[in-house]
Amino acid sequence: MNVLVYLVPVALGLGLLGLAGFMWSLKHGQYDDLDGAAWRAIQDDDIDGDGDGGD
Amino acid sequence: MTSLSAPLASPAADLPPPERDWTAYTTAEDGGRRRLELAVEGITCAACMGDIERGLKRVQGIASARVNLASRRVVVVYDPGALVPDRILDRMKAIGYPAQPFDPAARRDGRSAESKRLLKCLGVAGFGGMNVMLMSVSVWSGNVTDITAETRDFFHWMSALVAIPCVAYAARPFYESALAAIRRRAVNMDVPISIGITLAMALSVVNTLTHAHEAYFDSALMLLFFLLLGRFLDENMRRRTAVEAETLATLRADSAVRMGEDGTLTEVPVSRIRVGDRVLVRPGERVAVDGIVRVGTSEIDTSLVTGETTPATVRRGDMVHAGTLNGFGNLTVEVTAAAEGTLVAEIERLIAEAQSAKAGTMRLADRAAKAYAPIVHSAAALTFLGWMAVGVHWNEALVIAIAVLIITCPCALALAIPAVQVVAAGRLFRNGILLNAGDGIERLAAVDTVVFDKTGTLTSPEPRLLNAASVPADALARAGRLALGSRHPLARALAKAADASDPFDAIRETAGEGVHAMHDGETLRLGSLAFCAVEDDDAAEVRDAHPSASLIAFREGSRAPLLFALGQSLKSDAAETIARLKQRGCAVEILSGDRTPAVAEVARALDVAEWRAEVDPTAKIARLETLKAEGRRVLMVGDGLNDAPSLAAAHVSLSPVTGAHIAQAASDAVFLGERLAPVAVALEVARAARRLMSENLAIAVVYNALAVPIAVLGYVTPLIAALAMSGSSLIVTVNALRLRRVAKPPAAAARSTASGAPATETPA
Repeated sequence: MNVLVYLVPVALGLGLLGLAGFMWSLKHGQYDDLDGAAWRAIQDDDIDGDGDGGD
Repeated sequence: MTSLSAPLASPAADLPPPERDWTAYTTAEDGGRRRLELAVEGITCAACMGDIERGLKRVQGIASARVNLASRRVVVVYDPGALVPDRILDRMKAIGYPAQPFDPAARRDGRSAESKRLLKCLGVAGFGGMNVMLMSVSVWSGNVTDITAETRDFFHWMSALVAIPCVAYAARPFYESALAAIRRRAVNMDVPISIGITLAMALSVVNTLTHAHEAYFDSALMLLFFLLLGRFLDENMRRRTAVEAETLATLRADSAVRMGEDGTLTEVPVSRIRVGDRVLVRPGERVAVDGIVRVGTSEIDTSLVTGETTPATVRRGDMVHAGTLNGFGNLTVEVTAAAEGTLVAEIERLIAEAQSAKAGTMRLADRAAKAYAPIVHSAAALTFLGWMAVGVHWNEALVIAIAVLIITCPCALALAIPAVQVVAAGRLFRNGILLNAGDGIERLAAVDTVVFDKTGTLTSPEPRLLNAASVPADALARAGRLALGSRHPLARALAKAADASDPFDAIRETAGEGVHAMHDGETLRLGSLAFCAVEDDDAAEVRDAHPSASLIAFREGSRAPLLFALGQSLKSDAAETIARLKQRGCAVEILSGDRTPAVAEVARALDVAEWRAEVDPTAKIARLETLKAEGRRVLMVGDGLNDAPSLAAAHVSLSPVTGAHIAQAASDAVFLGERLAPVAVALEVARAARRLMSENLAIAVVYNALAVPIAVLGYVTPLIAALAMSGSSLIVTVNALRLRRVAKPPAAAARSTASGAPATETPA
């Protein structure tokens, strides 16, 4: 069972990565407009790349 | 309403159009750019979002334009060197989405920060809960099979490592609120929650140090996760309501035209107007401030202030109030503070009195907390003493007593009421009712008497054409086109009734009398009876049919004149709503500041037996006090400045979105749209919610009644604690969702009431 000594911290580390991702997305306003984001994904007028993502 | 750019010789045309003071509406961004936030009318779908963003990005000088579909706002970042922001508003109007800029000084956006903070705590508690639960499940299954003591200790230590920082971070909202309550020498639900969580953590750390078989880290974190979820949803609902209310307030376009020393005119947000400033009020505009008329004469419609529907004449030296509607003349108003003895000062004093008299009604959740904490804490103390008495070591007795506190930690109880409130507030929101007060739902549920104001509440706030059926349609259409040349409120109402959009050329206005124009070689005249040379005898028939209406005449060449009766008509569903309220067992009453014949007519039409007319604010409060003394719970529905004190004094109050600001601020909820149905809907939702709250409290009590004996007898394991606590929380939440069956909004109606509600007085 010694393998647990590595595996549990690795699992926790991955969990922390997820948490960090959540905090990042929250800080960058990814949840400010849940309705709009859903539709924005299927619009293609940002093809000439004027960076329509994130604020 | 806004297409008044036709060349008219009205007095307004003599003055240059005011310029907006854009620095008051925008905030600075990086690189010298300015940020402008707009409230937009009519954003309903993703297509609108594409239209607006594409439309704005083509304008030179706009760096970015982004629509927020959830809050129906647009944020525009532009370069002030390359673009005057008026272009942005023009552009928005041109693509079919009239917009109004937000006033940054009037923002009250504390809610977003709070809900973001709760979301962070929720994320941390979720992360901790999941990982600790993973390890706890291993320990639980290991305990009944062959886990080694070292492995178990390792899992416990790892759990502690995750749980301690997570709890320290995520439980702060509860600790802070509990501390604040204790400082006030009060008990709220957060006190037992904080105690339960702290004890669970402390006991788990001790168990870990002593190599015990069990720890409660997972219970503490799961409990936190559920509680935070409930609290976040609650906060989020309030934030949505606040955002919507702010958007609506902005769309009402509360700006004022300030007159500089040198006669220059600038349009500024009302928040920028100071005492002593001179403000120009153009014909057909609402007065935005309280003040004294310095220049000009006009007629003022004070229905939003006093409920009186007959216009009053004002001239130099007279006081005018915010919310009144200017008739035909330009007025220059000097802004005064709410001085002693004025109507506004009196109203404010009455509101303050009413609010302080009402403080002290206790919320259901706090009552439950107050009853709950002593019972549970004494149960834990008795458990400890009982086990000591039967000869158990104090150490073991303490562990059992703590287990009692952990398992009774009021998870279900703390969720029982907020869960229902969230669903109920969501239901109300979809039906166009925005809650101001958190406990409004509970108070609404207790209502047995509904008191209505008349003007603007039972009747439509804008005048309407009452005798449309007896007027030939083609003549009405021509009158409407002529009416477009005037800003007078009655002319505007006529133009709206005729659905006119194409004004005649060269309309000439005689201020205070009427407008005339040439069409097909005939002179068309529209205005007062004298202006169109109508004898009083000729008007008698129409006047008798509509005693409370204002009459305007229309004459084409030398043909017989036509008379239009314009007045306040009942809201389309007023009778139906009153009947629905009566059917629900509510007594209905009308209290109005308007004249007796006008009120009597409405009361008769609505079949309301109990009514009073010509009631001033103090008398309105007195009537509410009488009803209260009879033991009745009164719902007050009103819109005017004169209603504000009684709105604050009533058990609970509602105000239509077209109402005066001060009335809306004093009431517990605001409802949108032209209809009265939301009053009945609010009552139905609140009653259903109240029923579910009681059910949920009963569930929580039953849960405790089952769990406490198990804990007292010392049989609680972490597995049982986790199952029981999560299980009861889930049951309570699912029960709250049953409220979704009540008051389903018709999908289309909900959209239109939510977006197209306020009839704004946009100056052209």
